[in-house]
Amino acid sequence: MRPAHDDALDTSHGAILYLEDVSVSFDGFRALNRLTLDISVGELRCIIGPNGAGKTTMMDVITGKTRPGSGRVWFGQRHDLSLLSEHEIARAGIGRKFQRPTVFESHTVFENLELSLRMDKRVRASLFARLDGEQRDRIGAVLRQIRLEDHAWRAAGLLSHGQKQWLEIGMLLIQEPALILLDEPVAGMSDAETARTAELLDELRGRHSIVVVEHDMGFVAEIARQGKVTVLHEGAVLAEGRMDEVQADERVIEVYLGR
Amino acid sequence: MTKPTTFRTALITALALLAALLPVLHLAFPPEHALHVSGYTLALVGKFMCYALAALALDLVWGYTGILSLGHALFFALGAYAHGMYLMRAIGRDGVHGSVLPDFMVFLDWQELPWFWAMTDSFWYCMALAVLVPGVLAFVFGYFAFRSRIKGVYFSIITQALAYACMLLFFRNDTGFGGNNGFTDFRRILGHDITAPSIRAALYLATLAFLVGALCLCRWLVASRLGRILQGVRDAEPRLMFLGYDPLWFKLFVWTLSAVLCGIAGALYVPQVGIVNPSEMSPANSIEMVIWVAVGGRGTLLGAILGAFTVNGLKSWFTAAFPDLWLFALGLLFILVTLLMPKGLLGLRLRRRRPPPAAQEPARLEEAA
Repeated sequence: MRPAHDDALDTSHGAILYLEDVSVSFDGFRALNRLTLDISVGELRCIIGPNGAGKTTMMDVITGKTRPGSGRVWFGQRHDLSLLSEHEIARAGIGRKFQRPTVFESHTVFENLELSLRMDKRVRASLFARLDGEQRDRIGAVLRQIRLEDHAWRAAGLLSHGQKQWLEIGMLLIQEPALILLDEPVAGMSDAETARTAELLDELRGRHSIVVVEHDMGFVAEIARQGKVTVLHEGAVLAEGRMDEVQADERVIEVYLGR
Repeated sequence: MTKPTTFRTALITALALLAALLPVLHLAFPPEHALHVSGYTLALVGKFMCYALAALALDLVWGYTGILSLGHALFFALGAYAHGMYLMRAIGRDGVHGSVLPDFMVFLDWQELPWFWAMTDSFWYCMALAVLVPGVLAFVFGYFAFRSRIKGVYFSIITQALAYACMLLFFRNDTGFGGNNGFTDFRRILGHDITAPSIRAALYLATLAFLVGALCLCRWLVASRLGRILQGVRDAEPRLMFLGYDPLWFKLFVWTLSAVLCGIAGALYVPQVGIVNPSEMSPANSIEMVIWVAVGGRGTLLGAILGAFTVNGLKSWFTAAFPDLWLFALGLLFILVTLLMPKGLLGLRLRRRRPPPAAQEPARLEEAA
C-alpha cells in the first residue's frame, strides 16, 4: 500500500482502523451496541446487514459526524477519532463517499477534483492558490481513472447518477486517503455502471484500505472474493468471515439472507 | 480569459466612466444649461450607489455562500452612525443650543460627552469605527452562530432578531445616539460646507470609487479557489467538511467582509442623505436589500448592483406617484421575480450568453492533461 497521510499514522500493529466497544444511542434506540471491529492495512472489507443494523451510524462515527456515547475509535495508533471533528478526520486521511452522491453541482467536474486535492485547505491559502503542473497531472490521471475525461468541463450537476458516484469516488482518490469508506457505492446504478464500479474498486485493491457498506449481495460477492465480510445486526457484529462462510451461517440466514 | 468576462469588464468600465461624468456636468454647467445635472440627481444616484454597495456585500454571503442574512441593514446603519458621530461633532457650536455637545445631548441635559463619544471629533477615527464596529460585531456573532452550526432559516431569523434588538436599543435616548431622531442637521465635513456642490461631487466620486473597488475585489474573490469553496458551502457543505475544509472560517471570513463592506456603504450614505436614525435598522430595510439582490440576480455580483438601482429607481418614482402603494408594489415585484425569473434580471441575459458546455473545453483539457 502506498503511504499517503501516514506521516503521523502509526499502523505498525497492522490495523488501520479499530473500533473498540462503540455504543451510540438516539433517544433510547441503540444504533450501535458495543461494536468492536478492526480493519487491516490494505484490506478491502465489505460490511453488510439489514436495514437499521447500524451501518451508516458506524460510518458517521468513524468520520466524526456522530460522537460515540462510549467506546473508542482508533485510526492507526495515534488518532482517537472520537476526539476529532469532520475536517480533521478528513485531513488525517479518511475519505468518505455518501450514500446519495454528493458533489458540487454548480462546479465543473475538473473544479470538483481541484477542490478535493490534497493541499492546504485554510482560508488564506485558498485565496491565493493556483494549480501547478503536478496537480493538473494528478487531476488528469484521476479523470481517466474514473472515466470522466470527456466530461471534465461539464457542470457536475449535469452528470448521470452513476457518473456522479464515480466523480465522488474520484474526489476521494485525489485526496490520497489511507482509508476509504464507501456507503452503498452502486445504489441506483445500472448493471453496466455496477460492473464498471467493481472494476474501479479492483484497481484500488491493495493500494488503499477500503470499507464498503453495501446492500447488493451480488456486488459484495464479486468484490469481496476471499476477503472478510462483516455482518452487522442490531448495532453489533453478528458474523465475520469469507462470503461463502457468512452465507452459510445459520444466524445470518435467519436475520438477513433468509428473508 | 473567456469572452463574457472581457465583455463584462468593458461594460463595467463604460458604466463607471459614465457615472463619473455626472458630477463633472453638475459642476461645469450652470443650472439653466441643458447639460446641467442637478444636485438632487447627484445625491439620488450617490444614494443608489451606497445601496448597490450594500447589495454587493449581501450577494457575497447570500448568492455565493448561501447564507441568507435578514439583518444586513444593521451593519449599514452602524457604518452610518459611526460617520454620523463625526458629522455631529463637526457641527461645533453652530447647533441650536450653541453648545459643543450635540443638540440632543443638551436637550437631555447631559453635561459632558459619554465615554464612547471620545475622539469622535476625528474624521479618521470615525472612519475606522465605521469599518471596525460592523466587522467586529459580525465576527463575534458569526463565530458563535457558525460554530453552533446554525444554518438556513434559523440563521436568517437570528440575524433579523439581532438587527431588531439593536434598533430598539438605538431608539432609546439613554443609549446616547439621539434616540428616534438619530443624527441630522450636519453642516461640515473636514472643514468644508457639506452642502457645497464641490463637496457633493467629491462624496459622489468617493462612493463611485468604493463601489467599483468593491466590485473588483468581489470579482477577484469569487474567481479564486476561495470563491469556489464558498459556493461549495452553499451547494454541499457536508462534502466540503469530509474533504478536509473547516467551513467555519470560510463562512466567518465572507460574513465579516460583507459586514465591513456594508458598513462602508453606510458611512458613504449618511453625508449624502443628511440623516441617520434607528429606522435604518428596521427589518423592512434588511428585507429590501434581499429583494434588490433577488431582483438583479443573485450569485452574479453585477446583478446585485443592477437590482439595487432598478428597485430604488422604481421606489423613487412610485413613492412620489402612489405613496401608499409602494410596499404592495415591492411585494408583488418580489413574488413575480421569484416565480418568473428565479435568476433575476441578469439571469435573462446569462441564459442566452453562456457558451455551450463543449465550446471552451479542448484547450483547457490539454492544458490539464
